[in-house]
Amino acid sequence: MPFQPVKFYQTGTFTVGNRLLKPEDRSVQSHRDRSNAINSGHRACQGCGEALGARYALDAAMEATKSQLIAANATGCLEVFTTPYPETSWQLPWMHSLFGNAAAVATGIAAALKVKGRNEIRVIAQGGDGGTTDIGLGCLSGMFERNDDVLYICYDNEAYMNTGVQRSSATPPAARTATTMPVGPNPGNPFGQGKFVPAIAMAHEIPYVATATVADLHDLEAKVKRAMEFRGARYIHIFVPCPLGWGTASHDTIRIARLAHETGLFPIFEAEHGLQVSALPIRKQLPVEEYLKPQKRFAHLFGAKPELEVIARIQARADRNIRKYGLVKQQETP
Amino acid sequence: MLKQIEGSRAVAETVALCRPEVVCAYPITPQTHIVEALGEMVKSGKLTGCEFINVESEFAAMSVSIGASATGARAYTATASQGLLFMSEAVYNASGLGLPIVMTVANRAIGAPINIWNDYSDAMSQRDSGWMQLFAETNQEALDLHIQAFRLAEELSLPVMVCMDGFVLTHAHEQVDLPSQQQVDAYLPPYEPRQLLDPREPVSIGAMVGPEAFMEVRYLAHARHMQALERIPQLAAEFKQVFGRDTGGLIHTYRTEDAETIVVSMGSVLGTIKDTVDEMRDDGHRIGVLGITSFRPFPLHLVRAALHKARRVVVLEKSLAVGIGGILSTDVRMAMSGLHMPGYTVVAGLGGRAITRKSLHQLFRKAEQGLLEPLTFLDLDWNVVNKQLARERSVRRSGPVAENILRDIGTVASKIA
Repeated sequence: MPFQPVKFYQTGTFTVGNRLLKPEDRSVQSHRDRSNAINSGHRACQGCGEALGARYALDAAMEATKSQLIAANATGCLEVFTTPYPETSWQLPWMHSLFGNAAAVATGIAAALKVKGRNEIRVIAQGGDGGTTDIGLGCLSGMFERNDDVLYICYDNEAYMNTGVQRSSATPPAARTATTMPVGPNPGNPFGQGKFVPAIAMAHEIPYVATATVADLHDLEAKVKRAMEFRGARYIHIFVPCPLGWGTASHDTIRIARLAHETGLFPIFEAEHGLQVSALPIRKQLPVEEYLKPQKRFAHLFGAKPELEVIARIQARADRNIRKYGLVKQQETP
Repeated sequence: MLKQIEGSRAVAETVALCRPEVVCAYPITPQTHIVEALGEMVKSGKLTGCEFINVESEFAAMSVSIGASATGARAYTATASQGLLFMSEAVYNASGLGLPIVMTVANRAIGAPINIWNDYSDAMSQRDSGWMQLFAETNQEALDLHIQAFRLAEELSLPVMVCMDGFVLTHAHEQVDLPSQQQVDAYLPPYEPRQLLDPREPVSIGAMVGPEAFMEVRYLAHARHMQALERIPQLAAEFKQVFGRDTGGLIHTYRTEDAETIVVSMGSVLGTIKDTVDEMRDDGHRIGVLGITSFRPFPLHLVRAALHKARRVVVLEKSLAVGIGGILSTDVRMAMSGLHMPGYTVVAGLGGRAITRKSLHQLFRKAEQGLLEPLTFLDLDWNVVNKQLARERSVRRSGPVAENILRDIGTVASKIA
């Protein structure tokens, strides 16, 4: 038998591999009896972060609810690549209505379940960043404000990917999209004020808000399970790289998501009733260039003459996130 | 039980007797009294087993109804005017998915210019949405139609709009016969959905459908409307057995047997038209009325049968298809295909402009004499129109049209004939 080194950590991370954990601490994805809520055979691109995020989230939610789960879905990649009949991937009751109304449809499902006395069945709504932060924000805010018993999950790949990579309000500054081309004096997406929907969710003081990335499976699953311990409106914002839209290698999806966290560009935290209660710490803060460089959507920043000023502004955003959400633990002075 | 009551309140109390399970509320004049009353009934405990949800927009009102209906709940909401347009995407979606939601539309004009008064611009804008559209002539008919609407919608798995004139009906206090719970229960069985979101039997609803199946799905919606043409009169007959009243159905004719002139219209203005026709009959005019109750599905054959012996047809409608003229009249023309007689389109009552017996007398006499234009705007003030046209000819920056006209008319901005 060839020599097999014992892997204590997943390659390049500090995440403990499943096989070294006690069975009860292992991820839902590692269970042989996971629900496969989104079954294989769907039509997502190779390396799709959204397909991965949705699968992780829904399998965790299915386990937490003992498969008593109904999902409402906004129009978008997730809806399109999972449903062309007779090849639906959904192994749970699932409904798609429109682009901007997933939160409201979920409210209706929850109301019907309540009136029918079927309180054991839980409701998830899900959409991409376009369906959540732009066209669906009105319905989302209404659902939050009424504190309807719905977990809304946003799979954020930072642009309208289903229609061909157009800018959304979640597109980061300087990024190239089909509607923010890297041309002219200020190439890419302009620096706006930003629109970070997890913070908007917190402003509603709903019971639970969390962010996660597809790079940390245990963290993502734990947050979905935690969300299911609450009744009322809950929101999880999952960062899901898009190889097609971002111009990244399909095998780099997890790495890019991890870099978004480790640079501070995407803060990972939890909040309850409007107050932050935890943050996933960054062990060693990396410069934003590490995150930007592998992505073709930022390639114009690294031409013959690098856009140092733009990169510095992006770095400033990362640093601000780190301060704001407490992402780096205070170093103990020796 | 006979009761002197506001139209909106009567509708709300009737909807409550239909045991709705999810009711969405968003305010818009002149619909608001209906959902206010339902909210009060739920909050006081008079209406049980019902979730009353104050939503943040009409788009959400219909979207919540979609989710609720797909989860097996009897869903109801009400809207009007801009609200109907704002929810339009979800209106089409509800019918496309085959969800039997019932919605009251308190008919009101659409802006700009903003206007809260009655016409049918709102309902007409959704005539191709796949919803069945029933128009009430009186408050009694409005509440009766709601009971029939739930039965019709759920039998066919298609949504139904009950249209009633904003203010003219919604805000009119008059005597109606409110049914009893026993009567409604005898007529309206519990909702048994054809499709249901349930973990016990997971289904996907709302999948992407390509050219291979889209035509068939759409055809079946049409086929169900054709089925409704048969069911609507049967449901009205059954209704009569339980409630003892002759309401609903597809059309109503009034004194058309030997009529040379037949006036076609919908909604509450039929009352004024019938009064005018009675007076003209007294003077020996052979004139009658055809009221359309079911605008969608449109009963082409019945309309043709009602009109074919006439010598002329006047369609009086509270709606305008800008660039062609009538909307109802286009459908009536289709029913009259091949019949050789003049058909007149009269656009009347837009934005709440009063439709008076005096004007109708003149109008119908002109029609009899063959003096009516093919398209007439009833009681249009030509002085006002011509003044604005002259202004536009004389100066490029003539300013906003509506505000110019209001200034020309003077201080009585809400002048209604």
